[in-house]
Amino acid sequence: MFTGIYRLIKYAFQHFWRQRLLSAATLVVILLVLMVFQSIIVFGAIGEAALESIREKIDIAVFFERNVSEDEVLSIKEDLEGLDVVELVTYISRDQAEVEFRQRYEGEDFVKALDELDENPLSASLKIKTFETEQIPVIATYLGNVVPEEKVSAVSYNENNKQVIDRLTAIVRASEAAGLILGLFLAIVAVLVAFNTVLLGIYSNRDEISIMRLVGAPNYFIRGPFIALGIIYGFLSATLVMLVTIPVIHLIAPTVTLFVPGMDLVAYFWTSFGWLYLAQVFAGGAIGVLSSAIAISRYLDV
Amino acid sequence: MALISFENVTKEYGNGEYTALADIDFKIEPKEFVSIVGKSGAGKTTLIRLLMGEEKPSTGRVVFGEYEISSLSSKELPKVRRQMGTIFQNYRLLPTKNAYENVAFALEVAGVPEREIDDMVREALDLVGLSDKAYNFPHELSGGEAQRVAMARAMVNHPELIVADEPTGNLDPLNTADVIKVLQQINELGTTVILTTHNKDVVDKLGRRVIQLDNGRIIRDVAKGKYTIA
Repeated sequence: MFTGIYRLIKYAFQHFWRQRLLSAATLVVILLVLMVFQSIIVFGAIGEAALESIREKIDIAVFFERNVSEDEVLSIKEDLEGLDVVELVTYISRDQAEVEFRQRYEGEDFVKALDELDENPLSASLKIKTFETEQIPVIATYLGNVVPEEKVSAVSYNENNKQVIDRLTAIVRASEAAGLILGLFLAIVAVLVAFNTVLLGIYSNRDEISIMRLVGAPNYFIRGPFIALGIIYGFLSATLVMLVTIPVIHLIAPTVTLFVPGMDLVAYFWTSFGWLYLAQVFAGGAIGVLSSAIAISRYLDV
Repeated sequence: MALISFENVTKEYGNGEYTALADIDFKIEPKEFVSIVGKSGAGKTTLIRLLMGEEKPSTGRVVFGEYEISSLSSKELPKVRRQMGTIFQNYRLLPTKNAYENVAFALEVAGVPEREIDDMVREALDLVGLSDKAYNFPHELSGGEAQRVAMARAMVNHPELIVADEPTGNLDPLNTADVIKVLQQINELGTTVILTTHNKDVVDKLGRRVIQLDNGRIIRDVAKGKYTIA
């Protein structure tokens, strides 16, 4: 058995080396396909991070009158946390609000004006984040129903905000759908091109396959080297894609951070390196092996 | 017991519009040297393709040893083919393998261990006089040399039968004589040989059994015959 496997692998490497031009052409096509996959994955991650950063900015804040006690606010917080649509409720006390205000506007004249006042003029607030941006109006309605109007000094959500939120939500949804459709389309085109390249490669070896059959080679002996060749293509092209991607990621990372604050593309790449590489080896190998298996089955009947 | 039997074999193409072979019925005993002759289109190659299992007869049976070739599946055929050595007019060597590897391939598919392959391949190449071209690829060999590599490949695993389909068709008289001489040597060592040819000189010099085909039918089968132009 080991002798058989050794021979199949030996034939595969012989084929790869002795038909260098054909091998290089096939390798380049699979490489391009994997680069498309890689781009879809990386740009998908950038897009997701960009959309997430937009989502992060979409929330609703309730500012309470100064006479509302902390216990009352925390009770409302607890009620809100009990809602299915609510992801996070952050309580900002009056003191904390003052600290944040002073930090944010440090050195400005109106901070000095704050010192002139006897009492902290800022309100306690609740900052509410929902799982989906569409659910923010639901929270606004809920607050209007359960919190007495005289206890609320302001809600940071209004009809103008609603329009912005609705528009951003629509953009987020459209971007996700467009990315998915474009990605799928590119992936299908790329896979078809790679399949055809491998099929043509095997078509050019059809005489050789028929000779092997006449010499008495069993099917696995003919199919095996081509399948092994598919694995070699997958492994090599995946390795090359990762090598090409490293400098590209380092090159575009600063620009990505400019557009998507908080996105560290280099860190994302190295954290995901293992599964990205495995996914590429699997995708490249699958293209090579499946197309070889399909193509060669046509010539095994003689 | 006969090594090969063709039993009332007919081969038709295109729903019976064209008959390549009709009512072919003969036997070949072990160690025989049989020339199958006839002009182009007589049915020689179809007969060989039926024997190799490349085609199935429309009616009748083709038997090789214990196997009924015509009823074997494509998965069972390789085992039978490994008991036959084949030589073709256009050599049919594997272009990406050198002479040594082409010969070794026949042993590798048969599962012969690596340590035995080297000795067997060198012996076979030596027999056909090509030891010095062992590492040349088919495109680096002359027609005669390529055919000798094909012969080494055909006989290296000591098959029961050598099938030579027009092996001298592309060769000059000198190389033709060499090829026939090697086939005779193989036969003298006990291997059955089937030679298809339309070369009258070759058949006449051999003076062995001749089966003559014409328009897909056997018109003559003589034990020690010559090629008679019909």
